[in-house]
Amino acid sequence: MTKPPVIEAKNLTVSYMLGHGFLAPKTRLNAVDNVSVTIDRGSFFGLVGESGSGKTTLGRALLRAAPISEGSVTYQDDEVRYDLADIEKAELKDYRKRAQLIFQDPYAALSPRMTVRDIIAEPLEVMGLTKTRAETDARVREIAAKCRLNLEHLRRFPHAFSGGQRQRISIARALVSGPRLIVADESVAALDVSIQADVLNLLKAIQRDMGISFLFISHDLSVVAHVCDHVAVMYLGQLVETAPTRALFERPRHPYTSALLSAIPSLDPDDDRQAEKLEGEVPSPTDPPPGCKFHTRCRFARERCRSEAPALREIAPERHVACHFAEEFDFSRQTAPAAETV
Amino acid sequence: MSDALISVQDLTIRFRTDEGLVTAVDRVNFDIRPGEVLGLVGESGSGKSVTAKALMRLNADNTDYDAASKILLNLPEGPVDVLGIRRERDLRVVRGGAISMIFQEPMASFAPAITVGDQMVEQLMIHTTMSKAQARELSIEMLARTGIPEPSRRFGQYAFEFSGGMRQRAMIAMALSTNPRLLIADEPTTALDVTIQAQVIDLMKDLVRDFHMAILFITHDLGVIAQTADRVAVMYLGRIVEEGTVRQVIRHPAHPYTLGLINALPKLDNLDADLTPVPGDIPSPLNRPTGCVFHTRCPVAIEGTCAAREPAMHPASDGHMAACHLTEEAVTEGMSA
Repeated sequence: MTKPPVIEAKNLTVSYMLGHGFLAPKTRLNAVDNVSVTIDRGSFFGLVGESGSGKTTLGRALLRAAPISEGSVTYQDDEVRYDLADIEKAELKDYRKRAQLIFQDPYAALSPRMTVRDIIAEPLEVMGLTKTRAETDARVREIAAKCRLNLEHLRRFPHAFSGGQRQRISIARALVSGPRLIVADESVAALDVSIQADVLNLLKAIQRDMGISFLFISHDLSVVAHVCDHVAVMYLGQLVETAPTRALFERPRHPYTSALLSAIPSLDPDDDRQAEKLEGEVPSPTDPPPGCKFHTRCRFARERCRSEAPALREIAPERHVACHFAEEFDFSRQTAPAAETV
Repeated sequence: MSDALISVQDLTIRFRTDEGLVTAVDRVNFDIRPGEVLGLVGESGSGKSVTAKALMRLNADNTDYDAASKILLNLPEGPVDVLGIRRERDLRVVRGGAISMIFQEPMASFAPAITVGDQMVEQLMIHTTMSKAQARELSIEMLARTGIPEPSRRFGQYAFEFSGGMRQRAMIAMALSTNPRLLIADEPTTALDVTIQAQVIDLMKDLVRDFHMAILFITHDLGVIAQTADRVAVMYLGRIVEEGTVRQVIRHPAHPYTLGLINALPKLDNLDADLTPVPGDIPSPLNRPTGCVFHTRCPVAIEGTCAAREPAMHPASDGHMAACHLTEEAVTEGMSA
């Protein structure tokens, strides 16, 4: 870990103004709220959270595809170092080669009118990375082979392919410009389980063989547990816990992480371990609760949680938790301790 | 099988398309008893939704039900031959009467410009003899029963004012208010977050117990099945390849496809286990394999046998059937090698 991290975000906030009319008051929505996160070079970093937690927006901000309202994001590889909050136009163009995105829906992400060869070649042509057609073709074939697409596939149109094959085409397109960072946003969510494993194995092979860093955004904790080496859990625009994967799954130190884990349906029909009931739903991000944003659904919430927002703090090497009681309570316990103890 | 609430026999469904007749469901048989939850598992294109829709005759006009197919519904008023109903009006006995359905995407299932309450009342007016006031009262009670806070206020709201989990609850409330004998739940939790999914699964379990109705639960998620179903049928390319109690099928899968699905699932209790995909892709329904439908992707297929002969359903143990030329032991051994 001597090399500097590929991504370092500090106090990153992405906010949007809602409401346009002069009668309706404008409200500010912090989709990403004061997030600091470090992604080590070559790591497979998982980002989990429910819909509306801001995980997609955070991923886009790191690609400079969402506005950085406050804070800073630094990208660094062997050749360049960019401060994404005030990056210049020429640098941004270069950054697009180095950081790529793979979308969720392989049916919507590929143009139906282009052949697979043209889909994969397009970034090369747009970015001017190759000079001759022969050079482009050679590069396309090389990447296609890495993604287990054969030459015959390159002449066809996307409709001829299944979901898993289409996702491999999307991956090839993302890889062709030689990125050092890939944001994979729910990239296996639309795939059947029998195919999902195949795409996950391919992404892992790319990380291992090409040394590319991944931000893997997913709502599926069991998938994240299997492929990621580091995980961050997001709730209402903020990180509530980050940890090495194994440590996080062995003992979650934030009550939200613990509830998420227990909500995964077990494959064992006789496992009647009751899911920790998270009552209610995620509050509206335009009107987040005061104090700890999770306190409205937390079984362990105390008076302090309602007024004072917990900071994300390091409680063990590489483990960060935003909870006042991370050391005190065992969140996997069925019952919360009596309130008087605090 | 006289105790079955619904009995599906040799159900074959083809669609008339420009490319010719496409077989979506091929000689499917199953029964559901009152109070029983049957899980129907399969991947996209396996024919599980088409099968479910056939029970209510909801498939499009280009659907061709084979002459030998039968769907028998045993109601207290007498048996109903669902595929034999000719008049659209008579289908009401089945649609929304004896059978209700909830869908994956609740936003797409509510009319956007009519309040949720009006939609609930409308169907009660069609299917029952209630007055409007009674229908309103029952609808609000059902909303409350499914855990929706402030039900009388919610009654007057539109679907877009509900969150995803609320919408699914409202849909369940609506489906159950006509007191159906069978509820078809087509991927009801797939679009929901895990914490909300856990709430909806608990709600459905409670409702089965309280209302004693049968459920056909369609999902691709074996974990959800393990937590909800009594029995499971696994579908692949229009065929049921394995059927049994949830414990039999998940603990001792006898078909290589079922075992492949389980091996492909990431498991939280063993993070070091490799994820093993089922090799290849599901074939196009236009180009159905000969012999066993799964042989093109099967790691233990027998050369010369599986491509030539279709395996019959044979018992693996009591009440547990699989359609494979190999025995359960041979499948397990072959796939762990």
